[in-house]
Amino acid sequence: MTSLLKLEAVSLRFGGIIALNKVSLAVAENSITAIIGPNGAGKTTLFNCITGFYRAQEGRILLQKGQKETDLVALLGGSIKFSDGLLKGLRKFIYGFFGGTHLVARSGVARTFQNIRLFAEMTVVENLLIAQHRQLNRNLLAGFLNLPGYRKSEAGALAKAYQWLDIIGLGALANSPAGALSYGNQRRLEIARAMCTNPRLICLDEPAAGLNPRETDELSVLIKRLRDEFHVTVLVIEHDMSLVMSISDHIVVLNYGEVIAKGSPKEVRADPRVLAAYLGTDEE
Amino acid sequence: MSRRPVSRTMLLSLFAALITLILTGPLSGLVLNGYDFTTRFAAPLQIAAMVLILRFIAGLLPASWLAPKQKHEVEPRAPRFKTYQLVLGGLVLYLALASLVLFASKYWLAVGIMALIYVLLGLGLNVVVGFAGLLDLGFVGFYAVGAYGYALGHQYLGLGFWAAIPLAALLAGMFGMILGFPVLRMHGDYLAIVTLGFGEIIRLILNNWMAFTGGPNGVDAPAPTFFGWEFKANATQGGVPFHEVWKLEYSSGMLDAFIFLVLLSVVGLTLYAVNRLRGMPIGRAWEALREDEIACRSLGLNHVWTKLSAFAIGASIGGVAGVFFAASQGFVSPISFSFFESALVLAIVVLGGLGSVYGVILAALFLTLMPEMLREFADYRILIFGFAMVLIMIWRPRGMIQQRRPFFKRAGS
Repeated sequence: MTSLLKLEAVSLRFGGIIALNKVSLAVAENSITAIIGPNGAGKTTLFNCITGFYRAQEGRILLQKGQKETDLVALLGGSIKFSDGLLKGLRKFIYGFFGGTHLVARSGVARTFQNIRLFAEMTVVENLLIAQHRQLNRNLLAGFLNLPGYRKSEAGALAKAYQWLDIIGLGALANSPAGALSYGNQRRLEIARAMCTNPRLICLDEPAAGLNPRETDELSVLIKRLRDEFHVTVLVIEHDMSLVMSISDHIVVLNYGEVIAKGSPKEVRADPRVLAAYLGTDEE
Repeated sequence: MSRRPVSRTMLLSLFAALITLILTGPLSGLVLNGYDFTTRFAAPLQIAAMVLILRFIAGLLPASWLAPKQKHEVEPRAPRFKTYQLVLGGLVLYLALASLVLFASKYWLAVGIMALIYVLLGLGLNVVVGFAGLLDLGFVGFYAVGAYGYALGHQYLGLGFWAAIPLAALLAGMFGMILGFPVLRMHGDYLAIVTLGFGEIIRLILNNWMAFTGGPNGVDAPAPTFFGWEFKANATQGGVPFHEVWKLEYSSGMLDAFIFLVLLSVVGLTLYAVNRLRGMPIGRAWEALREDEIACRSLGLNHVWTKLSAFAIGASIGGVAGVFFAASQGFVSPISFSFFESALVLAIVVLGGLGSVYGVILAALFLTLMPEMLREFADYRILIFGFAMVLIMIWRPRGMIQQRRPFFKRAGS
């Protein structure tokens, strides 16, 4: 199987703290890969590097796109070279200064957040429409005059939004404010919103946190559907071990910013270092 | 409805009266007389008695009367009117307002023009503050750019009224972007202070660049013309006087009537555009940016461009308002663009309801027409005005009109 995402010796330091120490891993295309580890191990930091919210200080993060590889770290700016020319140099400057996270998102990486970040005052369906912003007709004049091309693009986006609402079972609440939804529904809506950007890789940061057992079961079905039906690759951080073990094809274990184990759920469960650092041993 | 005990209300009223006495006593009770002062006991006691009575009455009212009357969010619902009904209604309203020029006196036309200018300013600032959530205290700067753009454009380049409208919009939009760039990484209070500074910079430049802007003496702005017709007693700009073409008796109100009609059309178009923007991808992106910038970036929205476009479009509407201000006054000077104007426009947006297009219109009309209507109350005008603002904010903390969010029906149902 080809790997969609490859991290090569990614390191990140905050002052004297080494948050990530030469992390290397590969995420196979169309798989579910879980990242686990104790609190403070660097899981969310790693996510932030992959999704472009932090800039890795060393190493490369490569996203495979057909035959082409994109270095997600390089998208975030980087040192301006003379050979860049005026336009590219200016672009590097702007994105280096104000952040180029959106470029990473545009290259096909979507994410959800540990503390839900919906547009709370906007309606559920609007949340999904914003996610499709890039795919819409954004011509001002076409919008003012309500031209056919604009109408068609809006109708398409709306159909897609409703399709996702049906998948997550929120069709009836389409026009309620997103902030008024229950916690479990907000989690699912955030996943749907990320999916509406047409990603190739979706990063879920603790999607089961705060869910009850029934909602967790529904979530595991949804995550599997993302892979099997929508052919996206899923990268997930999760503490709920029964969920992780039941859905993952591959597990990476982080501790103190380093990868201490990787492999199939079975291998990881038996790894003595993982047991010592995170899972703990049975006392029977 | 629970009532508080009367004895407690009396006590609280006495307390309020005492505080009023302490606060207003020295102000109203001591009258300076050369190096000496005389004491007047009647005035502070009168004020305190008034507060006592008002506080007592307020205390007897059921508590729920004074509580905010708004729910947190209003649910969107399917539109009740069909598109053609809305178009027809808008047209009737437009014609009704336009027919005002036939009845209204010159004075009320001038008031109407100012009211519409503030509607335009409110709509512009609403894009920046209401939609994009960028607190802008220097909005008057773009208003000034528009007004001076027209006056100076005429003086140096011979620009006419009709050329000035799009050019002022463009120029003000450019200034909006220039302001936007340094404040891209700022939020909330810090952003407000920097924009405040920007508004002051523009005013100070206009005030001090004597050679170019005429400084505090101001610049004359030409009266607008319409295809060569001039609305003056004698043609001064190489056209023909309007009343001679139509064999009418000249009246000085014609110019105001003309400006009112053009302004009304521009406000109508802006209203339509801003309302459309709300349901368009760019308007949604602004509101999303207001709600959560980090989430926006994770969805691939270019936050730099989104913010700049909000600043630019808001500023260009302000610029157009400036052109109409200059045209209706016939003269611009830096005094008209003080911080107070920014604060007033911000008050319009907040009072009307952040992001609410119709609320902003209502608030703009309220804040400009009410002081005029209250002229009979002479000295108490501003007091009543301020009191009304406080009451509105208590009863409707989220603005006069909370606009419903756009409703999106499932396709094919």
